[in-house]
Order: sequence, then C-alpha cells, then structure tokens
Amino acid sequence: MSGGTALPERDPGLQPERTRLAWRRTTLSGTVAAVLGVKTTLHGGPTAAGIVACALCCGLWLAFLLLAHIRIRSLTLAQTPAPLTARHAVLAALCPVATAVCAAALIV
Amino acid sequence: MIEFVRNVRLWFAPEQVRQEGSTPDYRFSLANERTFLAWLRTALALIGGGFAVDQFLPDLRWGWRVGLALALLAAGVLCSLRAVNHWIRCERAMRRGEDLPASRFPALLSIVVAVVAVAMVVVVLLGWAG
Repeated sequence: MSGGTALPERDPGLQPERTRLAWRRTTLSGTVAAVLGVKTTLHGGPTAAGIVACALCCGLWLAFLLLAHIRIRSLTLAQTPAPLTARHAVLAALCPVATAVCAAALIV
Repeated sequence: MIEFVRNVRLWFAPEQVRQEGSTPDYRFSLANERTFLAWLRTALALIGGGFAVDQFLPDLRWGWRVGLALALLAAGVLCSLRAVNHWIRCERAMRRGEDLPASRFPALLSIVVAVVAVAMVVVVLLGWAG
C-alpha cells in the first residue's frame, strides 16, 4: 500500500535531517555576523580598507554557504551518510576565524 | 601543547584519521558533526557580539569599546579552532573505541563570557553615570 519497498530505509532518529538543519542554522549565524560586518563598514562613512574587509567577510560567508551546500548534498544523496572529512571541517572552522580577523581589521 | 600540534597535523591529513580503528555507526559521526557545528555557531555569535559592542555602544571610550570587541572576537577565534580540534579528537576516539575526550574549555569559555558581560554592564553604567 505504502510502496515502502521502493524507498530507502528511513533513519527513525532523522539524523541526516538534523545534521542538515544544523548546517543551515550555522549558515544563518554566519549571515547575522556578515550583516553586522556590513553595518560596521557603512557606519560613519566607508573607507577603502573597510570595503575590502567587508568584501572579504561577504566572500567568507559565501564560502561557508558553499561548504554547507556540498555537505548537505552528500548527506541527502547517500544511503548511509559518510562522516564529515577533516578537510571540510577545517575549512568550515577557518571561515569564522577569517571573519573574526576581518572584523578586527574593521573595528580597529 | 605537543598533543595539540599533533592534532593540527591531523587536520590536514584526513586519510590518517580514516586508517585508524574502525568506522563507527554513522549516527555517532553525525552527532559529533552537529556538536562541531554548534560550537561554530557559538564562535559566530561571539564574533557577532564583537561587532555589536562596536556598533551599539558608541558612547564608550575608544579603548574600552575596542578592547571589549577584540576580546569577544578573540574568544570567537579560539572557540572555532577548538571546535575543529575537539571534533577530530572525538572522531579519533570513536574510531579507536576509546572514551570521548574530556575538556575544560566549556567551563573556561563560560567564565570568560561571564566576565565580559559583567565588564560590559559596569562600563555601560559608569559611562551613563559619568
């Protein structure tokens, strides 16, 4: 009736879905940080260095979005999702680090 | 410290992690991944807090404002570096079937956040009074 044989077995704990949403939430946090960065740049007249730092912040946000997208796709497509690779994790963690460096450049 | 350097080398040699032990149940790996992402969110929130201190407390003296903002940004950097380090340690421990690593970082971070929060309250009150 349900045609369940054709569908892949669904994890009752919805682990891939929860992980996908965790990536989405993290991207959203990054968006907030990037928007605050743009606001800091525009506050009190943008300077050339400020615009460069702001562009870097936005680029880092895009990079994180891309990383999240790749990971989400591999979670959705695979039957049993492969664990996160170390390179992916390091790149994802370097995005906030670089954003913080840009933020320090913007503030000081 | 030496342990940390060895872990940093592991960050860039994922196949080395993969060779050790056996692959754990994917649900455990995904739970570890979500914890890692939760720490990244914490780091991003700290960075956002740094921007916010700079933006929303314009009446503060320059030194205080920049000092607080930089403290929050530095906490964000530490938090995300520690996130990836802890993730890799957990991943390795799970592959080897060892206990998960204990960490005093959460306690340290909460103390730092509490100190920064108290400093902000004091500074804002004094700024308004004076």
